[in-house]
Amino acid sequence: MSANVAAAAKAAPSSDETPAISVKDLRKCFGDHEVLKGISLEAHKGDVISILGSSGSGKSTMLRCINLLETPDSGEVRVDGELIKMKRSRDGHQMPADIRQVERIRANLAMVFQSFNLWSHMTVLENLVAAPTHVLKRPRAECLEQAEALLKRVGIWERRNYYPPHMSGGQQQRAAIARALAMNPKVMLFDEPTSALDPELVGEVLRVMRSLAEEGRTMLVVTHEMGFARDVSSKVMFLHKGEVDSAGEPKEMFARPPTPQFKQFIANFNK
Amino acid sequence: MEFLNDLKDQVSTAYELLAAGWGVQLLWGIGWTLAVTVVSMLIGAVLGSLVAAAKLSHRSGLRFIGESYTTVFRGEPELLIIYLFYYGGTQVLTGVARSTGSIGSADILNMPSFLGGVLAVGIISGAYQAEVFRGSFLAIHRGELEAARAYGMSAWLRFRLVIMPQVLRLAVPGLGNVWQLTIKDSALISVTGVAELMLTANKAARSTHHSLLFYTLAGILYLVMTSISTPIFDKAERYTSRSFTRPK
Ligand SMILES: Nc1ncnc2c1ncn2[C@@H]1O[C@H](COP(=O)(O)OP(=O)(O)O)[C@@H](O)[C@H]1O
Repeated sequence: MSANVAAAAKAAPSSDETPAISVKDLRKCFGDHEVLKGISLEAHKGDVISILGSSGSGKSTMLRCINLLETPDSGEVRVDGELIKMKRSRDGHQMPADIRQVERIRANLAMVFQSFNLWSHMTVLENLVAAPTHVLKRPRAECLEQAEALLKRVGIWERRNYYPPHMSGGQQQRAAIARALAMNPKVMLFDEPTSALDPELVGEVLRVMRSLAEEGRTMLVVTHEMGFARDVSSKVMFLHKGEVDSAGEPKEMFARPPTPQFKQFIANFNK
Repeated sequence: MEFLNDLKDQVSTAYELLAAGWGVQLLWGIGWTLAVTVVSMLIGAVLGSLVAAAKLSHRSGLRFIGESYTTVFRGEPELLIIYLFYYGGTQVLTGVARSTGSIGSADILNMPSFLGGVLAVGIISGAYQAEVFRGSFLAIHRGELEAARAYGMSAWLRFRLVIMPQVLRLAVPGLGNVWQLTIKDSALISVTGVAELMLTANKAARSTHHSLLFYTLAGILYLVMTSISTPIFDKAERYTSRSFTRPK
């Protein structure tokens, strides 16, 4: 389906059809362990793509290659049509050609981490305004106002002056999502956002993510939450041993698993 | 009874000697000791952060320089380093001054004793502070540094907004220890002629022949200085770690 859209975009390029994220033939090795064996992906505005796969299949690495937290060995990443420029270092490794470009693009791709990674020496409010004021150079007053609104939205406004270590995991992750929203990002990258949470705290985070999906945010979500993948996302992508094993419309994928590997994968989950 | 009388005599002697001018001298001595310690700590902070950065660098040449610095300056006796700086500094200064003709060919230009002293003690203090800073940097939660990168912060912003505040917070207890070490090292630069507490106690002991009295007094004063700093650093630690040390 998205292949058709991409073809159409090539035929008649218009800003609406430029994919928010386009990844082509991404490869990555750690030592002689090939973790990504040529991954391609396209996310259009408003897409919510759940990236599934068993542990070690390369999901996080793929996500981290998109904002260059890991440097891919080859392949290309485009954000809103803009190619992230790479060059070869003297020892033959690929590296970003222009770190300023990478920093600018990262600011458009707010990431939410498994272990929250809020800055522990800043209050929640400071966490939300740090990058918008210093990286995006927006006026502080405006950032504060937006930060308070976002904290109300995720339901932790009362905790705005708390330090992150004084909050529950669910509150920290909601604060981290608010921190991501404060960047007004083009795309949000979620790296197993509920995996570090106690089971009773998963719901509050998923509710926030669902509301983001409903308002049309573009999201790439690495997750083990099958319910979210099936009911909330607009597309499911299943990675197996560093390759895209299958991808498609969620209801369809879950009702009729297209490959034995995916069938096995959901069977293991339902056990 | 005899012992008590003895003590009373001692106390009144002490009082007379202190009132006769040694009290003021000792106060000056404390002032110089604190000045030497504070200036040495500041020199050490600059050197220590550079050396810590070198030790954490991914360039092996810089790492080697950093390792060598801490190994040498923590491994050598402090007194030897002070002599090296004082006499070495004197030789260098004299050589330079003679060759530019500022002094005669037989004259000697002494290393200023305060400068030589604080440089030597500062360099030693820097070796210990480097270890403190390095440990603090390594104790920062890696994910927080990664988040700073992921949000588009440049290297400088990451340093200013995330690394430096956390290193300072985590370094406070360690810096308290280095402060105590540095107070004690400051006593060694009495050999260069800075009239700090140790030298003043020496002078008083020699000219009054009341050695035990003055060394005991100096001992008490050093103890007061080092123990007063403990609650101050504790307070600083409570303030800087109000967001609290992350549960491991
Ligand atoms: N920084 C790294 N260094 C070496 N190996 C890594 C690194 N990051 C991930 N890996 C390896 O890459 C593989 C894929 O990891 P990851 O992308 O985290 O998988 P997933 O997210 O699907 O669980 C794993 O085998 C993991 O051990």
